[in-house]
Amino acid sequence: MTGTVTKTETLPIKDSSDVVFVRQRVRVWATEMKLSLVDQTKLVTAASELGRNTLEHGGGGQLEISEVVNGLRKGIKLTFSDKGPGIPDIKLALTDGYTSRQGMGLGLGGSKRLMNEFEIQSAPGEGTTVTVIRWK
Amino acid sequence: MANILDAIRKNQDGLLEEWVQGIKSGVRRRDLIDDRELKAQSAEVLAAICDVSADTTLDNLNAPAWQPLKDLLAGLSASRAVQGFTPSETAMFVLSLKSPLFNLIQRQAGSDAKHLFADIATVGDFVDKLALHTTDSFIHGRDQVIMRQQEEMLELSTPVVTLWDGIVALPLIGTLDSARTQVVMESLLQAIVKTNSRFAIIDITGVPTVDTLVAQHLLKTITAARLMGAECILSGIRPQIAQTIVHLGINLEDVITKAKLSDAFRLALERSGRTVTRLEKSKGSALARYGEQ
Repeated sequence: MTGTVTKTETLPIKDSSDVVFVRQRVRVWATEMKLSLVDQTKLVTAASELGRNTLEHGGGGQLEISEVVNGLRKGIKLTFSDKGPGIPDIKLALTDGYTSRQGMGLGLGGSKRLMNEFEIQSAPGEGTTVTVIRWK
Repeated sequence: MANILDAIRKNQDGLLEEWVQGIKSGVRRRDLIDDRELKAQSAEVLAAICDVSADTTLDNLNAPAWQPLKDLLAGLSASRAVQGFTPSETAMFVLSLKSPLFNLIQRQAGSDAKHLFADIATVGDFVDKLALHTTDSFIHGRDQVIMRQQEEMLELSTPVVTLWDGIVALPLIGTLDSARTQVVMESLLQAIVKTNSRFAIIDITGVPTVDTLVAQHLLKTITAARLMGAECILSGIRPQIAQTIVHLGINLEDVITKAKLSDAFRLALERSGRTVTRLEKSKGSALARYGEQ
């Protein structure tokens, strides 16, 4: 997760309409950075998955979108954080097909595959922070 | 307190002049409102303040006597919003009444500091509440617009169209959240029964993001349609969506998918024992000749 942050924007995730707004803002950022259409779609899809996780499992939280520069590389970093119950077993949560609710169980693992860098910090009772980067 | 209102009544014209002057020198938007209209509006507000019955006090804005003034301000707020004023500019219009009122009170009270302070506090409070009322009305108007648009969005929910005898299509557009998906799924299943269709084409060209939740909704719809004896074809899968679905690990292998709606339609026609062929040239010209006769 290296790189210098050049600008940031913070969005609240409190209800399902916020997830829609998150998708729209991330798309705007991705378009501004001139990511390819495929990369834009990947980034927006991952933002949608992780945003919904923040809402449904974390009980709401926030997203920080930032532009990171590492040498010649530029990218978009998304940091989703909540103060929810946390994830007891991160490895299990990343397993495809495992879900603690009604979903497909592909959101977390899928987002990892959609992004270049992926990091989860979580402990039971201490909330969850997911940081992802998509390099251009 | 009643004597403040009395004083306002007696000095109505002077107050109006001072107020309009104050607005002109300060917060006025020359591009949005002309002198005459501004003066008329200000006069109306002042008249509404003076119109209340003699026993009304300034400290209780919820009293029925103040209702006409509140309605007037709400109307003003709405019309100014349409003209392009911001809510704070409308509030400033009301707040700028403070300084002429304070001047008036100062002239009335003279050197009685205790009296002066009490009156200024009362009037200040009164004007603040009026300004807040204009802002509230503005927000209320906005909220109603938003609510109406939300309802319109739900109504706009996707129509099911019949492409051919026994083939229906559902072109999906926009964000698929849970509430809308429910409506969409119900209308498709009902259309399948109503039209007695064996093929249903779900087109997702207009869906910007397909994440696991959207995929799950789609799969549920497809399964439900299958239970009713209809075969579903998913079309409109753009290249970027295809790649994203692969990375997410969503399994669509059990679903017939096509890139374009036309491909899906052709497949549905074939499966129902029909083919599309181009008319032969000679036949076409024969028909044209027939038409000329």
